Amino acid sequence: MVEHRPWLTFLTHAVLISGMLLLVFPIYVTFVASSHSLDEITSNFSLLPGSHLVENYTRALNVGSKDVGATVGTMMLNSLIMALGITIGKIAISLIAAYAIVYFKFRFRMFFFWMIFITLMLPVEVRILPTYKVAADLNILDSYSGLIFPLIASATATFLFRQFFMTVPDELCEAARIDGSGPIRFFFDILLPMSRTSIAALFVILFIYGWNQYLWPLLITTDESYYTLLIGIKRMLDVGEGQAEWQIIMASTILAMIPPVLVVIFMQKQFVKGMTETEK
Amino acid sequence: MEKRVVFKHKFLPYLLVAPQIAITIVFFIWPASQAVYQSVLQEDPFGLSATFVGLANFVDIFTDEIYLHSIYVTAVFSLSVAVIAMSVSLLLAAMADRVIKGATAYKTLIIWPYAVAPAVAGVLWYFLFNPTVGIIALYMKVLGYEWNHSLNGGQAMSLVVIAAAWREISYNFLFFLAGLQAIPKPFIEAAAIDGASPLKRFWTITFPLLSPTAFFLIVMNIVYAFFDTFGVIHVITDGGPSNATNIMVYKVYHDGFLGLDLGGSAAQSVVLMIIVISLTVIQFRYIERKVNY
Amino acid sequence: MKKYRFLLVVALFILGVSVTSAQALTEINWWHAHGGRLGEKVSAIAGDFNKLQNKYRVVATYKGNYADTMTAGIAAFRSKNPPHILQVFEVGTATMMAAKGAIKPVYEVMGESGLPFDPNAYLPTVTSYYTTPEGKMLSMPFNSSTPILYFNKEAFKKAGLDPNKPPRTWPEVADYARKLVKVGYTGFSTAWISWIHLENFSAWHNVPFGTKANGFGGLDTEFVFNSPLHVKHIQQLADWQKEKIFIYGGRRNLGNAKFSSGEVAMYTESSAGYAGFKKTCKFDFGTSMLPYWPDAPGAPQNTIIGGASLWVMTGHTPDEYRGVATFFTYLSSPAVQADWHQFTGYLPITTDAYYLTKGQGVYEKKPGMETALKQMTLHKPTENSKGLRFGNFVQERSIIYGELEAIFAGKKTAQQGLDAAVKAGNKLLRKFEKANK
Repeated sequence: MVEHRPWLTFLTHAVLISGMLLLVFPIYVTFVASSHSLDEITSNFSLLPGSHLVENYTRALNVGSKDVGATVGTMMLNSLIMALGITIGKIAISLIAAYAIVYFKFRFRMFFFWMIFITLMLPVEVRILPTYKVAADLNILDSYSGLIFPLIASATATFLFRQFFMTVPDELCEAARIDGSGPIRFFFDILLPMSRTSIAALFVILFIYGWNQYLWPLLITTDESYYTLLIGIKRMLDVGEGQAEWQIIMASTILAMIPPVLVVIFMQKQFVKGMTETEK
Repeated sequence: MEKRVVFKHKFLPYLLVAPQIAITIVFFIWPASQAVYQSVLQEDPFGLSATFVGLANFVDIFTDEIYLHSIYVTAVFSLSVAVIAMSVSLLLAAMADRVIKGATAYKTLIIWPYAVAPAVAGVLWYFLFNPTVGIIALYMKVLGYEWNHSLNGGQAMSLVVIAAAWREISYNFLFFLAGLQAIPKPFIEAAAIDGASPLKRFWTITFPLLSPTAFFLIVMNIVYAFFDTFGVIHVITDGGPSNATNIMVYKVYHDGFLGLDLGGSAAQSVVLMIIVISLTVIQFRYIERKVNY
Repeated sequence: MKKYRFLLVVALFILGVSVTSAQALTEINWWHAHGGRLGEKVSAIAGDFNKLQNKYRVVATYKGNYADTMTAGIAAFRSKNPPHILQVFEVGTATMMAAKGAIKPVYEVMGESGLPFDPNAYLPTVTSYYTTPEGKMLSMPFNSSTPILYFNKEAFKKAGLDPNKPPRTWPEVADYARKLVKVGYTGFSTAWISWIHLENFSAWHNVPFGTKANGFGGLDTEFVFNSPLHVKHIQQLADWQKEKIFIYGGRRNLGNAKFSSGEVAMYTESSAGYAGFKKTCKFDFGTSMLPYWPDAPGAPQNTIIGGASLWVMTGHTPDEYRGVATFFTYLSSPAVQADWHQFTGYLPITTDAYYLTKGQGVYEKKPGMETALKQMTLHKPTENSKGLRFGNFVQERSIIYGELEAIFAGKKTAQQGLDAAVKAGNKLLRKFEKANK
């Protein structure tokens, strides 16, 4: 920094550390709760980890809460399938659509472009009932297709790829054409390898987006074997009579956080790149 | 902006756009137009009869006190979320921009709550403030402050605002930090040589340069508070008590899926659509300006 | 190799037999809203039925809570793939009734099947909720309950009250609560406040909740639960809340933990909560009939039910409907009903099941179970105490919750809050009337 002021440096670290504590505190409490028995949570809750950690997680993963007929293991698998399905599906269809829009001249090109663009303006929440009806008509309620397809179209990914393709030097395409390779060869041999970093950045962002979906899976899954973990947690909270099983809920909550958080921590560079590029 | 060099092919480009266009039509354009269509119908839940009622559903919602209240609640909610999440993250980002040692560690620890789903954030804070088992609620009781967000609307609102803002701090932090790091250092050094204090430098130089980022974040935070926070509300309050946290998105879900009032819910969807479209337009105009700038 | 081929043939043969025998069975889909222990019981009932006969196979599927199940059933109907039997909660009754092309009334299903069916075998207070004014049964009652008062006997002893003399009237409840507060309890609380303190309150005091016999008489009904008696009761609760002898426990039955943890000493909750409290309360508790206002001329009348009934959906074959009728006959049999009643705490739906349970001496051991029945059958139901039949009632309930919360938070008086709830509710009723013309 430009000058040296010890008190300021101290203040800086103090603010950062308290900010971090503020952000981490709820998660810490959740973690601690997931290591206690239900009695310990409801009667005398201690802020130090308890001795039921392994027991709670084993039960959550293999048996599940008694109020939801699916294990957390199954529900995590469903969340994973949904998140990966959305991520891979979105990247695949946006890549080829952006490729067509940038590298081809064809009728209705701009019309298609605007059609994709307009989806930016329609988050799933505003067209929720009719989308539900479409899913019901297509008979994809309670299915992986139902969890994935309606969330797959995305203008943001198409835009990102379009923008990236625009920066690719025209000479490359020219050279490919002189070599006599067709559009498909060009796509796979040159464009795709060049897009690696953009794809990785999108992967991180979309994985988190997919994993964290809530309203849509809530509506279309009524068969517990298709519950995603977030829906499962909500169902565990909805106990009619008696006491919510907090220790299992808390363990499931921690488990629900692990995959996206790991992705953010280990792919931080791609995450930052993805965030700053997709949103702008 | 267009490519000079392009391929020509009769059907390949159509084939390439086909999947995305198909999904867009089936899951976006068709349902959205259905929402518009349903908003002028009065239909029973089973779809056995439907009558055209013109704008009656819109008249209904705009004369419905609960709906008007819900608009007010949504405004309070999204502005509070935006203000809290932005001020905290700006402070943290300004500090993180100063540190040299441990910068990466701080950054990592501050951004990861973004990965936590809004619904999960709801569960975390609900647990902390739960009147029977929540640790914060218990401490407050010891201090003589009665916490019961199932009855006190103000407390319920504070709770959902905190839970929603908590996660958004990470998001804003990332953008503020990027914005701060993009500011040319000589600017600030010159001011420092002139003897301006760090605080003064921040307000006179850094902050104005950050304003485009801040503006962008306001829009993004409002969009987030409007739509993505459904999980927070659904987990913590179900819109209560006394509709104190009944935001518009929650009401669309509630009236449509639980109340089975298809026309009214569709009319509310259309209102939301108009709001998103205006927000998107604002955002794009802003980006255009920034490009010219 | 030959050996394996033989095994393969055997395996294929077994597979073939099991496939054909599965095809010979007519499948009946039953969507219900019972998770946890109740869900296991529902599956057991279906399983027993499947073992008893070899023509039909009932497949019971859990579809989430009541609202989820109903929405799922409606969506399935709209995509032309409805289940045969759909469980719908009592407040959805008007919606189902109005959906003429979507449901097949139970009396029709039973009549066409040719199986013996006597509507008089059922408890009238239970079935009246689901019956037309002409006495035709539209849906099969399944799980029904009614609100009663639970009280903590240990707390009563501590406060110097007689644990065998629970309060009978609301003024007595207040007196008891004041004494209980002195020894450290938080007086009393309630679950399902709209259902207990407005809907059942009306029936119990023999005053109308809505016009046209609470909606039984036609779609042009209007809410009238802002009468002086209603206002008096709700205002009294709000005043008691200020005095700190009553506490609002939240929506639905979120407040149950307050009773089971011993925080409140008296609690009004569904009779179906009995089994849950037996498990979670570490103290001895008693039950008694719902309190009433002694100065109200009609009280006590009888209470009404909550819970759910089974609706038969259209779009299936006559053979499948015969299967549904066979299953309903099984479900109504005294043994099945008595078992369900004793296991869950829900009311039996036939008089035979009631006498069977009584004969087994169950009520002497668990006197709480009979409280609900006695209270339901105290008098012959009047127009005001047969049940409720209002369209859009799910929405109206959340409006009532909202207004009551405003009253208890001190933002509105009882009169203002109830007036607002009635006004908003009538708008919903008109909307329903228009949509179902």
